[in-house]
Amino acid sequence: MSDLFRNIIRFALFILIQVYVLDKVPALHRFIVPYLYFLFLLWLPFSISRVALLFVGFALGLTLDYFTMTPGLHAAACLLLAYLRPFVINILAPKDTAGFNYREPSPKAMGWTPYSVYVLILTAAHHTYMVFLEWLDTGRFLDFIIKVIATTGISMLLIFTVELLVPRKLKFRTNTA
Amino acid sequence: MRNIFLFIRRYFTFFAFLVLQGVSLWFLFSYNRFHRAKFLGIANEFTGRVNTQFNKVEDYLYLKEENRHLHAMNDSLLNARIQDFMLRDTSLKYVKDSLPFDTLGHFRRYFFRPATVVYNSVNSQKNFIQLNRGSDQGIKDNMGVLSSDGYAVGVVVAVSANFCQVMSLLNVKSTISATLKKTGEFGLLEWDGKDPRYIYMRRVPKTSDVLKGDTVMTSPYSFSIPPGYIVGTIADVKVDNATGLYDLKVKTSVNFYRLQQVHIVENLQYDEQAKLFEDTRIKTEETKKVPR
Repeated sequence: MSDLFRNIIRFALFILIQVYVLDKVPALHRFIVPYLYFLFLLWLPFSISRVALLFVGFALGLTLDYFTMTPGLHAAACLLLAYLRPFVINILAPKDTAGFNYREPSPKAMGWTPYSVYVLILTAAHHTYMVFLEWLDTGRFLDFIIKVIATTGISMLLIFTVELLVPRKLKFRTNTA
Repeated sequence: MRNIFLFIRRYFTFFAFLVLQGVSLWFLFSYNRFHRAKFLGIANEFTGRVNTQFNKVEDYLYLKEENRHLHAMNDSLLNARIQDFMLRDTSLKYVKDSLPFDTLGHFRRYFFRPATVVYNSVNSQKNFIQLNRGSDQGIKDNMGVLSSDGYAVGVVVAVSANFCQVMSLLNVKSTISATLKKTGEFGLLEWDGKDPRYIYMRRVPKTSDVLKGDTVMTSPYSFSIPPGYIVGTIADVKVDNATGLYDLKVKTSVNFYRLQQVHIVENLQYDEQAKLFEDTRIKTEETKKVPR
């Protein structure tokens, strides 16, 4: 399966799961809103160009926005995530080899600790920005802080559950490909 | 000049980020005007189609509950039929007129259309409900929406050809006029974005004798929602210290978690009322919105 085809399927799956499963789950608490869809951006190949990444992020956010009737909210947050991703990967890239041996970021490709840091930084950035935009309309500052922490926590939990439960076929990067 | 191009090329990613960020923030903050007119119609058609497919599955899961509601409503309507009544006095005949106008000048004010919910959320701060009726079926902005039990749900805010979006009571931007059944005082229904089971009725005068458990109904002042339909019951009575008026916590009668069938109510005099209101506003130069 080519990378393009695989990512198109992932795009649709993440949007559908977010809209029809996670948004439908009765809220445990008003601060805890489960978000998982942006994992699509974290799973994109290392080789994707930075500009392409921005446009993919924008498209993903906007698609979800039209389902949730909040045009621009998720798009803005996903853009920030897409913009920051190459910087975070650069920081975490191993110094001794030319790059990563695998095509996509994953615990196997990066090691558990760097991968956790990668996920945590980008998740926190995404949620902080999104909750901030939401908070501009209503809310108190304490609510804002608690909501950022709670949603980041629940997203981290979801992402690691997905990493452990869903096996991804990881291809070695070869010279022929 | 060459240096400028080089500079732009060097930081192309950053500029792309800024431009797209600008576009999304513009979408977010100019949502009400441009966006609704241009993109939302198209996007609405698409999400509406996907939502309809998903709804087929979801409807199935709630069939039993929905059947119960439908049956209860049918039952009450059956009880109102003319065949149910008989007059003892044979010299009088009881006739119910089904025409819009009768000789005494009664005319139809509200017209009800059934609709099905295809998308609904309660987790967001601004919750919208999508219904499978649109401008092709005669739906217009500012029509009221009642649940299958006859409880207030919200007001239509955007319409495409076959779908419409309803701003539900669970939207921090929603303000709907309401009245207390017992004493008749008026207030505004608002939501604080926290618990989807409770909304707030604000600015109720302290002179009114309010108790826990009192019924809140839709008010005759609303242009969109017909009066006399139940909104909910009072769960908590508090005094707002800033204004000295009551802030009533209202438990909504509608269960927003499982909303399936609704009625869209058209106020046939809406245009006339709104126009009069607008004319008054222009004459007196007040900046008040049309009440919902």
